[in-house]
Amino acid sequence: MKLKWWHIALIVSLLVALLSPLASGSPDGLEKVGEDKGFIEEAAEPPYELIADYLFPSVENEAAATILAGIIGTVAIFGLTYCAARLLRGRAKNNRSRGLVKKINPPSQTD
Amino acid sequence: MHIPDGFLNIATVATTAAVSTGVVSYAVRTANKKLDEKQIPLFGVTAAFIFAAQMLNFPVFGGTSGHLVGATLAAILLGPWAAVLIMTCVLAVQCLVFQDGGLLALGANVLNMSIIASFVGYYLYQGIAYLGGGDRKGKLVGSFVGAWGAVFVASAACAVELGVSGTSPLSLALPAMAGWHALIGIGEGLITTTVLSLVLATRKDLLQLQKI
Repeated sequence: MKLKWWHIALIVSLLVALLSPLASGSPDGLEKVGEDKGFIEEAAEPPYELIADYLFPSVENEAAATILAGIIGTVAIFGLTYCAARLLRGRAKNNRSRGLVKKINPPSQTD
Repeated sequence: MHIPDGFLNIATVATTAAVSTGVVSYAVRTANKKLDEKQIPLFGVTAAFIFAAQMLNFPVFGGTSGHLVGATLAAILLGPWAAVLIMTCVLAVQCLVFQDGGLLALGANVLNMSIIASFVGYYLYQGIAYLGGGDRKGKLVGSFVGAWGAVFVASAACAVELGVSGTSPLSLALPAMAGWHALIGIGEGLITTTVLSLVLATRKDLLQLQKI
């Protein structure tokens, strides 16, 4: 199979996910403002946790847990958006050819 | 900039959810009419790259970090309505699977980082690229300014939501949020411009497809 441009783009995205343990652990802009202005404690705990904090649960090594979460997320997002785009495209095609479909309907068979 | 639950009051949750639902459904209809076969893999890999890049927080001075939002990048590659859909998918998965951004706050996060960021980024980019005569330099400058502006305006919108919710007075939240994100936006601009220059160097034709 010949490697297409978007295969390479997907591999690059997975490589970026592999770098995720290098991410800065400092608070982000909103968290920093929440700390400085004293409203960070108002954040509510989520009602359930799947892969909270981008750490795959029950993996001891933090870097491995982060990479696993990153790879799962990247693949899941690709699958979800690719299929969503395919569905949207499929519907677009159907809409365009709807007029034609009517014309080529076989005549109803009556005895 | 992902707002957790607890920061927004019910009125803000309901308003932002209603606005975002309306805009996202319009984006679905627009993409439905315009999406080209060639754009399907681009749609998927753009979303995958944005998710991965969002995990890579870069340090900003003063013990703060920032990460890519990616809305401007998606809007430059595919158009603002497609960017709204891509960003909404990313934010929904981050919220539902990774507990990044609250369930009730999803409408506000979509409004800030998907809707506002995509349109601000796209039209700043388009305006500057047009003034530059559509050449490479104009596009690259436009992508930097667009990405910076998108993060800056989205953070201001976030501050307004915190303000009207009574979480933090606007007079404090707005300068603080806009100030930090004026710095974080530089990172957003650098990443967006780098990726765009790579696309221009390798697959320029992808940018010539009809924008959604």
